[in-house]
Amino acid sequence: MEKFTLLQSTAVPLPNEDIDTDQIIPARFLKATTREGFGDNLFRDWRYHPDGSQKSDFILNNPIYKGAILVAGRNFGCGSSREHAAWAIADYGFKAVVSSFFADIFKGNALNNGLLPVTVSDSFLNKIFEAIENDPNAGLEINLENQSISISNSSEVEYFEMDPYKKICLLNGYDDIDFLLSQKTIISTFEKNNRYPFNPIN
Amino acid sequence: MAKTLFDKIWDNHVVNTVEGGTAVLYIDRHFIHEVTSPQAFDGLASRNIPVFRTAQTIATADHNVPTVNQHLPISEPLSKFQVDKLIENCDKYGVSLYGLGHPYQGIVHVIGPELGITQPGMTIVCGDSHTSTHGAFGCIAFGIGTSQVEQVLASQCLLQLKPKQMRINVEGTLHQGVTAKDVILYIISKLTTSGGTGYFVEYAGSTIRNLSMEGRMTICNMSIEMGAKGGLIAPDEKTFDYVNGKKYAPKNAAFDQTVSYWKTLPTDENASFDVEFTFQASDITPMVTYGTNPGMGMGVRQSIPQPLDPANRNSFDKSLSYMGLHAGESLLGKEIQHVFIGSCTNSRMEDLRLVADYVKGKQKAAHVKAMIVPGSKQVEAQVISEGLDLIFKTAGFDFREPGCSACLGMNEDKIPANEYCVSTSNRNFEGRQGPGARTILTSPLMAAAAAINGKIIDVSLD
Repeated sequence: MEKFTLLQSTAVPLPNEDIDTDQIIPARFLKATTREGFGDNLFRDWRYHPDGSQKSDFILNNPIYKGAILVAGRNFGCGSSREHAAWAIADYGFKAVVSSFFADIFKGNALNNGLLPVTVSDSFLNKIFEAIENDPNAGLEINLENQSISISNSSEVEYFEMDPYKKICLLNGYDDIDFLLSQKTIISTFEKNNRYPFNPIN
Repeated sequence: MAKTLFDKIWDNHVVNTVEGGTAVLYIDRHFIHEVTSPQAFDGLASRNIPVFRTAQTIATADHNVPTVNQHLPISEPLSKFQVDKLIENCDKYGVSLYGLGHPYQGIVHVIGPELGITQPGMTIVCGDSHTSTHGAFGCIAFGIGTSQVEQVLASQCLLQLKPKQMRINVEGTLHQGVTAKDVILYIISKLTTSGGTGYFVEYAGSTIRNLSMEGRMTICNMSIEMGAKGGLIAPDEKTFDYVNGKKYAPKNAAFDQTVSYWKTLPTDENASFDVEFTFQASDITPMVTYGTNPGMGMGVRQSIPQPLDPANRNSFDKSLSYMGLHAGESLLGKEIQHVFIGSCTNSRMEDLRLVADYVKGKQKAAHVKAMIVPGSKQVEAQVISEGLDLIFKTAGFDFREPGCSACLGMNEDKIPANEYCVSTSNRNFEGRQGPGARTILTSPLMAAAAAINGKIIDVSLD
């Protein structure tokens, strides 16, 4: 996994609330067996007409807005557990998603792919939307070490919460799986001592 | 210290604790399917590591499979490739597969319980958000992403922070025509689509205890629709009776011994929850959804409300515009074009018997396309042995073969744009059942009534 330390970028605003993972990547695009290429179908039905032409009123089709940060309304990523949603957002080129509230499974999937979910207060989220509305080139700075997010050329800054273990993983580019594999002896001992009857399947 | 059901199962499965309190949590049962597993197996291959505990992972093909002619090769090339990949991976890594053509194939959350793989006190995960279904047996069961599927395959463990805990009590007797599906749609309409986020929910109270195991599965299944990590219900005699005799359940003396352990699991009397809600069964009527998330639901005799939160106005208006509905409108008498009865929420025998009982001797409205998709090959076989398939066919319903089908529109079973579908599934998101499709979530009974009448009616007055 890629390391995440500091990100300075302009941002793409998507103020809709309750954006579910079926919007981020519709199920009919989940038939691939690799992790690559999902960015092409990110927000597919909001981005394109059924004939494949672009919907000009959707934010990703507006050249004024670009950058490596997606800023979205509250309860982002609800619904299906499909990790393809996090893959699509990362594959499109985003490195972080900012919202005032994330659905649990999406947040976990994002963290497992080096895509940083940054939870801010509703009022700070509105300040970001206002800053981008006033100037699409307004930059954001996300500092993972300090757990801070600031709006460039202003004094606006907020500190965000972060699971200490996941912070170490992101700063160093570690995967959960590396850690779990290092625990195999402890896991085997746990299995021997576990009082729960296993009755394996086959 | 007094413990909850959740605490007891959690504590029994913590292998180790790391930085910041994150637990290495042991996983008893792992279900996989064709859509969220191929990249996980690729991960194992690139690290050149095996599946750590093959006997604790069970596979089936359900999400993208066709629901007709399952004996023939899959005609859609990408679906076929994905299902073939699952067969190849299960074969290579030694994982049991109940694939297409197997008498145990079906929707992953239907086959686990019916085979007795799901048992009280277990930790169960699957790369599917409706894994919460298994919580009906008194399990910690939750959906995971593909990276986590790989972690469980590699180590039989996951890194997890302990969630907060919520208890939802439902008390009293349900009205005629009101089912478990109405109860959970009612709860979600009160708590909203994000009201459970960060929590694991225990459902309790006399209404919940009086539900069958199948009704309890419907309740737990939709926990994720209010954002909860999962939902669970204390195991009781009903639970033990359901598990007893199932293929993979403990047998004879081992069963009795296990039951005595299961009886220690229910929440202690003085245990505390981070938050608790109580609802009255008498307040619940048949439910319908009117918007594009499962929290946008109401009693069928109510009218679509005005948006409560002005800040949410744009999302609310966008949702109603997608649905072709407006605030203040009632759905009673609303003409519909499609009915889908199926999904991991409502495709079990109890659901299909209820539908058969209602449609027997009746005929669906001529303009309605009505589809019934059983949850598994075992459900399908039981339907046929009881002659219910003939009742469905005589009433004009299309009785198909098992799979996730029109719940998520991955296979050919899609609803056309701008048409209304009364669906027993779990999500009314934009485009969920096909691009532009308009989904109205209801119970199987309400869906059957909509098919017969060609419009939405209040089944409790029927």
